[in-house]
Amino acid sequence: MAKVFRLPDLGEGIHEGEIVEVLVRSGDPVTEGQPLLIVETDKAAVEIPSPFTGVVQTVHVQAGQVVRVGDPLVTVKEEGEPAEESPAAPAPGRPMEARPPEAPEGLPVPASPATRRLARELGVDLRRVRPSGPGGRVTAEDVRRAAEAAAIPERPAALHGVAPPEAPEPLEEERIPPRAVPPAPSAVSAGAPAFPAERRVPLKSFRRVIARRMAEAWARVPHVSHHDGVDISELERLREELNRKAADPERRLSLTPFLVKAAVAVLKEFPAFNARLDEERQEIVLKADYHIGVAVDSPRGLVVPVLKDADRKSITELAAELRALSQRARSGELSPDDVSGGTFTLTNIGALGGRGFTPIINYPQTAILGAGKARLEPVVTGTLDEHTLTVRLILPVVLAFDHRVVDGADGARFVNRLKALLEDPKVLLVSL
Amino acid sequence: MVMGELSQETHVAVIGGGPGGYAAAFRAADLGLDVTLVEEEPRCGGTCLLRGCIPSKALLQTAEIIWDAMQADRRGIRFGAPELDVAKLRAWKDGIIDTLASGLHRLANKRNVQIVRARAFFENAHTLRLEGSDITHLTFRHAVIAVGSEPLSPPGVSLKPGGRIMDSTGALAAQDIPSRLLVVGGGYIGLELGCAYAVFGSRVTLIHRTERILGGVDEDLVRPLVKRIHELFESVRLETEVEVLREDADGVTAVLRGPSETREERFDRVLIAVGRAPRSRGLGLEALGIAVDAAGFIQVDAQRRTSVPHIYAVGDVAGHPMLAHKAMREGKVAAEAIAGMPSAYDVQAVPAVVYTDPQIAWAGLTETEARRKNIAVKIARFPWGASGRALTMDAADGLTKILFDPQSGRILGMGIVGRGAETMIAEGVLAIEMGASAEDVALTVHAHPTLSETEGEAAEVFLGSATHLYVPGT
Repeated sequence: MAKVFRLPDLGEGIHEGEIVEVLVRSGDPVTEGQPLLIVETDKAAVEIPSPFTGVVQTVHVQAGQVVRVGDPLVTVKEEGEPAEESPAAPAPGRPMEARPPEAPEGLPVPASPATRRLARELGVDLRRVRPSGPGGRVTAEDVRRAAEAAAIPERPAALHGVAPPEAPEPLEEERIPPRAVPPAPSAVSAGAPAFPAERRVPLKSFRRVIARRMAEAWARVPHVSHHDGVDISELERLREELNRKAADPERRLSLTPFLVKAAVAVLKEFPAFNARLDEERQEIVLKADYHIGVAVDSPRGLVVPVLKDADRKSITELAAELRALSQRARSGELSPDDVSGGTFTLTNIGALGGRGFTPIINYPQTAILGAGKARLEPVVTGTLDEHTLTVRLILPVVLAFDHRVVDGADGARFVNRLKALLEDPKVLLVSL
Repeated sequence: MVMGELSQETHVAVIGGGPGGYAAAFRAADLGLDVTLVEEEPRCGGTCLLRGCIPSKALLQTAEIIWDAMQADRRGIRFGAPELDVAKLRAWKDGIIDTLASGLHRLANKRNVQIVRARAFFENAHTLRLEGSDITHLTFRHAVIAVGSEPLSPPGVSLKPGGRIMDSTGALAAQDIPSRLLVVGGGYIGLELGCAYAVFGSRVTLIHRTERILGGVDEDLVRPLVKRIHELFESVRLETEVEVLREDADGVTAVLRGPSETREERFDRVLIAVGRAPRSRGLGLEALGIAVDAAGFIQVDAQRRTSVPHIYAVGDVAGHPMLAHKAMREGKVAAEAIAGMPSAYDVQAVPAVVYTDPQIAWAGLTETEARRKNIAVKIARFPWGASGRALTMDAADGLTKILFDPQSGRILGMGIVGRGAETMIAEGVLAIEMGASAEDVALTVHAHPTLSETEGEAAEVFLGSATHLYVPGT
């Protein structure tokens, strides 16, 4: 029987969303869990997975359309049933099979051991590969094609608050074929234009959402960025000691849960940073919850899952939850709930380097805390005449905030307090 | 010698030198890792080589020669009654083991795999305490547990080394050919050794706890073997258990409780073959929090990682089937995972072979399992009575059957009974692993006349195109 898939309840009181992109066409086989569409709500852009396995019969929506919960999105015909609407009349006689049948439920995908190994090496899920072999067999070529398609960053899933990676989006037909001959030794080959002709790449999917959100945040919010360096030498010693004692290398603590915990402690003292400006009613809404969004680098790009109630969780709990969220971010399994509800955001790009940067506020939040790469730096203490030089581990931090809600002095005080907590773990301990 | 504690470091510590252990050690070494293999016995090879597959095949192959000579009469060849020199047979069998065991040590040397003879215990998650060696501690970054399994005994039965009540180890040592042998257990070990001893001249009584020997193996595959053992053995008693076993100077008194009566009988020797149990106890796994299931198997993931992620387990101790070839693949997967390769144990068919005469082999889905799990299958059978080659081998009672996915014709399982099943099953295993369909096998030309033809023809039975078999309605 054909089943109609309607926009499900996305939680958090979300009633409608805009279709950003439709990922399937009629006639496409879909498996349960495969993303069908990307829908943008006022909280986040999310992929809507298919609850059925079958063949897409009708797509009821198109990009740009606003849909409400319960609206039909896609009709999926479950396997083994005659199509109600066939796109083209098949020739009489032997029925044309549009696509080889997929592996029946419960059976492993038919593919040779060498193909299965290749799939593991390329990180391809065989169940998601469109098979080209007889009987639905997946060939090595199918796996390579799927891996190539996945490597093209069609939608760097960066969400607001974090600068998305600079990823050009080559069009399918513009993909460079593998070079058959080595390039000519001369620097500029004859006949090649001095500059490549400009290319036009459609803005789509998550990229489009990011573009609009960034512009909105940047246009609406007068940003101030307050920079400083935090001496985390002691904290680092403590962290290393804890990690040495941890038997399980999987349970190692990164710096991020400490930053989250310190930020929460400071937010409690400075509630205006854990707030939202209601422009319509000209009120500042001070949040009672401490839901901290954390930028996570995933193969699809940066995403911002939210650590809910970070004030009520220990550093170890936050670390575990962050690990789970990062895992889901990496496998593309974040739910709408995982990425919504944030009241403040932390972006730690230390793993990639960086001495300083100016993050864009995750609007409508009021502030975002950024951290760069901690480096050993010479630190001079004392007076002009009598001073000592030591080497300390310095973490560059930046607080970007909405100047409509708070002032520069508040920002400086916020960062000073944060420094005090992070520079002396004892102070951090008593503030938890 | 330096007194006191001598400890050593290694990247990969492998505990156990059986097929799982040496496969892991060799693969890890080939991938450039520093490997130390800890084995408590003087020789590597494990159960398979020292007291399992290899010695049993040496005996079974010998039994087959005798059997064939006995059957040659109908072809017009008459041999005299065979004379068996047990000491010479034993020496020949032990020579094979020596050759293979020393070969393993040479292979280890060439790869720079250090073999330490000791019994190993986990002192903590990164240190092994070694007993019986100059090296008392071995610290490691990764460990592979490959300690195997050991024969089980029925409750109340105790085995003395060299005694008349033996396990498979004792039976394979082949001290003598007992005139009356009781085999307890109708699994593959009891059947293989019972058949060998019967051909060597023992009068064999087989008792089995349930109403079917080789429980779990499809009934049509077992049938020709059942027929054979009824000819070969003095007595086959099902639903029968040992109540008492009393060993004295010149025999064993056994009280056997069957479905209708309990009998006391005398035997010269008793072979206990009621199964094997994983050797997961006494290694110190509990203190590390390594998860072990109720049956004693260490629980592992697709990379053969235990619940302590830098410690792996492979082979019999890591779960069924307890087969050397499964252990070897697992060992390689574990080594590759340690080396950071994206390896996984995603095997779809582990072939199983019972080396009786006739042999029984199967791979992938069995009919029994399909029925139990309610999986829709179509089964095609090719009886060997229709195979010219089988008739020349006096093997007309053989059978080749293939299980197919009814829709796609994909091969899901294969079962064979008859001579040469051990070799023929390989085609089925490859077909299953490749996701091959009935057409793939049917359109592959099989040499004529061979037994392998029966596989091609079984696929043709499914397609309705078999040549040497007329299946009405296709």
